[in-house]
Amino acid sequence: MLAFNFFGATEGGLFDINATLPLMAIQVVALTYILNSLFFKPVGNVVEKREKFVSNNIIEAKNKLSEVKKLEADLLTQLQSARAEAQRIVSEAENESDKLYKEALELANNEANASKEKARLEIESQTSAARDQLSKQADDLSELIVNRLILEK
Amino acid sequence: MFFNSLLTNFAALEVGQHLYWQIGNIRLHGQVFLTSWILLGALLVFISLGTKKMENDPKGLQNLLEFLWDYIRDLARTQIGEKVYRDWMPFIGTLFLFVFVSNWGGALIPWRLIKLPSGELGAPTADINTTIALALLVSLSYFYAGLSNKGWRYFEYYVHPTPIMLPFKILEDFTKPLSLSFRLFGNILADELVVGVLVFLVPLILPIPVMFLGLFTSAIQALIFATLAAYYIGEAVEEHH
Repeated sequence: MLAFNFFGATEGGLFDINATLPLMAIQVVALTYILNSLFFKPVGNVVEKREKFVSNNIIEAKNKLSEVKKLEADLLTQLQSARAEAQRIVSEAENESDKLYKEALELANNEANASKEKARLEIESQTSAARDQLSKQADDLSELIVNRLILEK
Repeated sequence: MFFNSLLTNFAALEVGQHLYWQIGNIRLHGQVFLTSWILLGALLVFISLGTKKMENDPKGLQNLLEFLWDYIRDLARTQIGEKVYRDWMPFIGTLFLFVFVSNWGGALIPWRLIKLPSGELGAPTADINTTIALALLVSLSYFYAGLSNKGWRYFEYYVHPTPIMLPFKILEDFTKPLSLSFRLFGNILADELVVGVLVFLVPLILPIPVMFLGLFTSAIQALIFATLAAYYIGEAVEEHH
């Protein structure tokens, strides 16, 4: 039944140390080499290859991302300069058309003024001519009236 | 009468009895080697099945083995340090796997059903020879690691903060293997004894929670053994400035 045989046994006992110890040590060392070639090396190769693959991909993706960001910034500056250029051209054209409008307006004004002046002068001359003629006719008429009156006397 | 013999068959407890093999002048504990060969054979079969067809996209057993590898690498790396952990990872991993497989194999497989002329089969780690062998290997390893990495400067470690530490550090070289071997031996043997006595007293249901506790203890002991071994090696190769 319960055979407790701890210490002091001639044969056996819990603390019976014998050649099992060195042989077990040799066995564990051998197991280390076997497991190294059977387990640690192959699995390590696969895992580390995959880790390298993943980290390489991450680095590549990061590079691409930074390149994309750079291109984006580049495009943005290009867009801004194009916008400024367009703004400049539009305002230039506006100025130009404004100037042209003003010039045309002035030209037309001058022309109108000139023809107005000419018309006025003509009207004036005609008026004075008509007045002269009228006063001459009045003179003639008065002379006629005077002559008649004198003759009837 | 029948009940009595049933009890004897199922729960006879034999402590300190061994199956002796005599080879020439030397005597071996046969039951330790028998169980260790069965368990290590199973471990090697399991590992060769898992590594037979390694793929970049792991499936099934390979996944489990990679998890195990990663676990052992983390253990070795945190304790030994980035610089030399690669050299010691197989040793630490073997210690972990050997102790774990031995503990769990001893607890899970109903060895008692196999009758031996003397002694009984059980966890190889419940034999003091096995645990002392493992602990001495750890001692040799950390000495070798320290000497091969730092040469004679390894002995600076003994007087590291102050020379007052010298006797304590020398004492540590003896207490390290002693505590390693006796911790493992005591835990596993105690677990086997507790389960054995409980099975002997109450063969039904009651031993089951204790068996689960035993499984837990077994796993923890494997982890402790491997972690301490790695820690000792890490301590030996550490550069102090």
